[in-house]
Amino acid sequence: MSERAQLHPMEGTLSWRLFGPRSDAQARESWYSGEGVALKREAVERLTLYIGAGTCGLGAGAGETLKAVKREIKARGIEADIIEVGCVGLCSAEPILDAQRPGQPRVSFAHVTHDKVKPILDALLDRDQLYGEVLGQYDAPPSTPPRRDALPISVHPFFRAQHRRVLSRCGIIDPVDIHAYIAHGGFRALADTIHQRTPEEACEAVIESGLRGRGGGGFPTGVKWRFALKEGADQKYLICNADEGDPGAFMDRAVIEGDPYRLIEGMALAAYAIGATKAYVYIRAEYPLAIARLRRALDQARAWGLLGANIMDSGFDLDVYVKEGAGAFVCGEETALIHSIEGKRGMPRPRPPFPASRGLFNCPTIINNVETLANLPDILPDRAAEMAALGTASSKGTKVFALSGKVKHTGLVEVEMGTTVRQIVMEIGGGCPNGKAFKAAQIGGPSGGCIPTQHLDIEVDYESLKTVGAMMGSGGLVVMDEDTCMVDVAKFFMDFIQRESCGKCIPCREGTRRMLEILEQITRRRGQEGGFDALHRMQGVAQLEKLAGVIADTSLCGLGQSAPSPVLSTLRFFRDEYEAHVFERRCPAGACEALKRYSIIEEACVGCTLCKKACPTDAILGSRKNPHYIIEERCIGCGACLDACRLDAVAVAR
Amino acid sequence: MTDAVQAVLEGYPQARRDALIPILQAVQAKEGYLSTEAVIAVGQHLKLPTSKIYGVATFYNQFRLTPPGRHHVQVCRGTACHVKGSAAVLSGIQRALKIEPDQTSKDGEYSLEVVACIGACGLAPVVAIDGAFFGDVKAEDAAALLARAREMEVGDE
Amino acid sequence: MINLNINGRDIQAAPAANLLNVLRAEGVRVPTLCHLEGMTPTGACRLCVVEIEGQQRLAPSCALQVSEGMRVQTHSPRAVEARKTIVELLLADHPDDCLYCPRNHSCDLQDIAFELGVRQRRYHGAREFKPLDLSSPAMIREPDKCILCGRCVRVCEEIQSVSAIDFVGRGAKARVETAFEQGLNVSSCVYCGQCVRVCPTSALHEHSHAEQVMAALADPQKTVVIQHAPAVSVTIGEAFNVKGDCAPALTTALRRLGFDRVFDTAYSADLTVMEEAHELVHRVTTGGALPMMTSCSPAWIKFVETFYPHRLAHLSTCKSPQQMLGAVIKAIYAPAEGIAADDIVSVAVMPCTAKKFEAERPEMGRDGRADIDYVLTTRELIDLIRMRGLDLATLPGDEPDMPFGERSGAGKIFGASGGVMESAVRTAHQIIAGAPLPGQIFKAARGQALRKEAQIQVGEHQMGVAVVSSLGEARRLLEELDAGRDDLHFIEIMSCPGGCINGGGQPTGLDLKAIERRAAALYAVDKDAPLRTAHENPQIQALYAAHLGAPGGEISHALLHTHYAPRDILR
Repeated sequence: MSERAQLHPMEGTLSWRLFGPRSDAQARESWYSGEGVALKREAVERLTLYIGAGTCGLGAGAGETLKAVKREIKARGIEADIIEVGCVGLCSAEPILDAQRPGQPRVSFAHVTHDKVKPILDALLDRDQLYGEVLGQYDAPPSTPPRRDALPISVHPFFRAQHRRVLSRCGIIDPVDIHAYIAHGGFRALADTIHQRTPEEACEAVIESGLRGRGGGGFPTGVKWRFALKEGADQKYLICNADEGDPGAFMDRAVIEGDPYRLIEGMALAAYAIGATKAYVYIRAEYPLAIARLRRALDQARAWGLLGANIMDSGFDLDVYVKEGAGAFVCGEETALIHSIEGKRGMPRPRPPFPASRGLFNCPTIINNVETLANLPDILPDRAAEMAALGTASSKGTKVFALSGKVKHTGLVEVEMGTTVRQIVMEIGGGCPNGKAFKAAQIGGPSGGCIPTQHLDIEVDYESLKTVGAMMGSGGLVVMDEDTCMVDVAKFFMDFIQRESCGKCIPCREGTRRMLEILEQITRRRGQEGGFDALHRMQGVAQLEKLAGVIADTSLCGLGQSAPSPVLSTLRFFRDEYEAHVFERRCPAGACEALKRYSIIEEACVGCTLCKKACPTDAILGSRKNPHYIIEERCIGCGACLDACRLDAVAVAR
Repeated sequence: MTDAVQAVLEGYPQARRDALIPILQAVQAKEGYLSTEAVIAVGQHLKLPTSKIYGVATFYNQFRLTPPGRHHVQVCRGTACHVKGSAAVLSGIQRALKIEPDQTSKDGEYSLEVVACIGACGLAPVVAIDGAFFGDVKAEDAAALLARAREMEVGDE
Repeated sequence: MINLNINGRDIQAAPAANLLNVLRAEGVRVPTLCHLEGMTPTGACRLCVVEIEGQQRLAPSCALQVSEGMRVQTHSPRAVEARKTIVELLLADHPDDCLYCPRNHSCDLQDIAFELGVRQRRYHGAREFKPLDLSSPAMIREPDKCILCGRCVRVCEEIQSVSAIDFVGRGAKARVETAFEQGLNVSSCVYCGQCVRVCPTSALHEHSHAEQVMAALADPQKTVVIQHAPAVSVTIGEAFNVKGDCAPALTTALRRLGFDRVFDTAYSADLTVMEEAHELVHRVTTGGALPMMTSCSPAWIKFVETFYPHRLAHLSTCKSPQQMLGAVIKAIYAPAEGIAADDIVSVAVMPCTAKKFEAERPEMGRDGRADIDYVLTTRELIDLIRMRGLDLATLPGDEPDMPFGERSGAGKIFGASGGVMESAVRTAHQIIAGAPLPGQIFKAARGQALRKEAQIQVGEHQMGVAVVSSLGEARRLLEELDAGRDDLHFIEIMSCPGGCINGGGQPTGLDLKAIERRAAALYAVDKDAPLRTAHENPQIQALYAAHLGAPGGEISHALLHTHYAPRDILR
């Protein structure tokens, strides 16, 4: 660039020194090995306490813990840094408190409710002992000797089999302090890419890395970018899809709460590669904490000149706007999301034209999900091969899963592609709690399917998961045990979909409603069936399959096309459960309330009449001091008799 | 038009349709719901037909067209919560409040909403009251939880 | 041209042509419930899905461009079964009252279900009973029958720029509603009825006056008179497989139905020309509000009252032809014939739903009685004729009753967009230039374009005229005026695209060719008419001589002119 009339506004600042057009490795390294070290907090100068204050942590009581920590520090009259970090991923251990003393490694404690704060700090500060539930200690610089009384956190069963790239800093660093992010190597990828690579080269590198969309479809990210890059429009847009409407998925939230700069850097990289100068983060309004942290991080990034006009004198402009979604699952679909940003009802439209050529405000638009974008700082400019080396033949890198349901360790899990579902559920998740038997892992939310025991060894891979009727989806993984009824699960998803369908196309709107009605018929109490209901119930399973086929074949958008998956998947692996419901009118898991059969144990009943009085439908016969009897046809299965009986004389059969 | 709505609209001069949802969100944040008057005022501001705004307001879960209670209770019905018994939690809360989802209790204290997934699956089943999350809720805890929410407010004041 | 293969046949098509159009051109009929010719496809109904080789899923032909080498199967078992299932899904909770339905035999859903061989109810959906919206004097919404194809929503928004209705709610609870789900009467609906015309089922239909009319006909006390609008006689034949204008046979049919007098609204169209031309001259010479805009179309009037109240002064104060004739019948004709005010029933057949509303406007009557008692749409009249067992194809012709049976060709072409303008220009040319308009043709006003403009020389004045049809186009023109455009003096506006021949009361359907045929029929009638101009109509001259005095005079004003007021509704 010759003879600039004006100084770039960032010239002379630290940001310029680190990321400006002539910043070189040496200039940066001196900062990283100097000021940067302290900011990295591998070693600390004074007592530092980290509180996992993500949404999960707060839900488990981290707010109270934080207050207790502040109280305790004040009471002791000591100086300490108290840092609210995001979620480290082990939700079931929240609230999590990490403590780090000068010259000592950082130690992580689990289940630190407010009452545990004092004993933990007393033990640590007064006696240099670890009290309570210790998750482990973090690696420390060579100068700091590890503690002898704690295992490294990396060998904790929850973390051992994980491969953390996207989540590498979540729960570790202060999410809203840009210094911390930079000290950990942040924004180097952006600076090097915009100064040293062309957009075409950036697309190329991402294609080479093998990165595929993490939001569900799994389309190769770099290929999609190239479509948009080739469009010669004046204005292009990048949209980050952080709508995360899948029930059971929360990794986007955790990434934004725990490491928002990573997303911002990823967005800047993507925008540069496609030639977009405006970007939106479309984020669920249900995530107030993530929104607040993201806004703060965006402000700081702007102040550092890492967003805005002519970023670091590279000629690349980028503004990022936050758009709060207003609650509609279908807005995860690209064209619906675009309509929503445009202020319309989030109804999908036919594709083509694809958003990459005609998207937001009719301009070329690329939509990537949070995890996809958060992968980029570890790919660009020159680390594509590193990612390509991870994973399976067709699925590269890692994948984050939100592990929840009937599993011991719930939380966020990042594993290398190719890891088996068994490893995730049994090893990382620790299997089902309370000695219950595992039944299935539901993967991919309302668009996905169930993985039963016999397929637990399936690898996490876009293609393999499809072979068992599941899909990668955004990464929700809900574990189900023997007490979970799979017909009920199918009904749950169908109910969700028929409410969340946009209502535009007939197969999705009417078909999912009919499927739900059939499932309701199957799980309805016998006494409440009328007319032809029994016949329809018998036809039900066949009709479900037929409708599923047409809905998948003809629906307008991905939501409808995959809507029947939960039913098809449960029918495939748990047909016996359907049959028990349909023909025997029985729920083997005992989950379907309406199919429970109540009876009175003659020997135990003393004829107190309490149950008879409690019964709302006069289904109980019997006189005082004589054993009572329940007329099954009249019983609605409300359980009032069970609650009323003082002698355990009411039996419930599955 | 109330002053609050006026103030919101002044924050969006010369706005186009893409400002509609943010404006409705801001109005709801101030007034608790979208009144007919507010919708009409927004329509005039954006030169949008009222029917379009009503269409948008009824499409998204977030928007309410009736005033909420003083405490807004959200019960998560996501997959993890469902598997862990959120149906029972919901009915427990319904019994305690004597209202159905999307209704407000007669005394105006509580309104109840069912949320598709609140995104805290690790703590399932989850209930949020006035934005504060409560994890691992059991059906029998419902009443105590509601009482606690009331106390929390007193404590904060 | 590119090559593709449809059902095993190689064909050629223009690159990037729409597949559905290509199929239709090839004579392959693929059903659809949501498609609207010339509008962006929504892909909502999924009935037009076809199998495309190499594609995993069935694809909607309405939203697909053809491409080189494309191989299409339109009626493979998979595609047909999918269509059938989709229709069965719609029927699962659809009311079963076809036999009682106004759209029985003219229902797209019924036709498609029949075609696809739906003979039993395979899916049983829980029925939800939604209340009727009877609030509008012009039309009824029957949400139970709505299949959410969205045609009404799109026409209301994209063609008419009214947006009185939209999709509301989501998923299984999605429905088409007005703002806040109030009745149509408090919505911004202008009752143009374009939604009714495109509705594939009976979810939208007119507020029928047929029963009241039949009751009046059966009452020997009553003298029942009827007038029929110019567009009606060129349309009604379609229902009886008769081409062109059917006025003579229609007159016979109306007489056999029992109407005591049969009049032609084209007569009062001539009257309108006289009054409107006079009003225009008056405005030009006295500095009145210009441009003057026509007032024949009641939906347009409601549109201005609702959305552009500051333009009310620009509307001609002339009543529409329906209301002019209504006023003349009740105020002049009935007394002259010795019919008591309570014994005359005045009926109008109109291609329009808004005319029902217009007839009920409080200013449209005298002594507490409405000038027009009942308005039938073209559709309702077709039903009445069929009900009476009449067939227009075989009926002999007859002449209408005098004096309101005499009309010029100018009055007849009111039915097409541009007709009012052309008629006015003919009369104005005669008055100002003292000679007939060459060929009596004002070409600039003809054709199907939604906007036609011209600058014409009238004496020493240069005059800008515009002809607009559809309210969307009207809105665009009004916005231009609001932005300062000032070269126009006289504007004809019709609410429905193409004018009354495409009105909301016309037979339902989407055949754009039918509109052109109706227009051609009108111009053919005009071409052969012995009288081509309004001012030459001897019965008009007689009316002025005997009763009204001069156009724009005091009596004219009392009888033939009206006033407007802003409306405060849910915009």
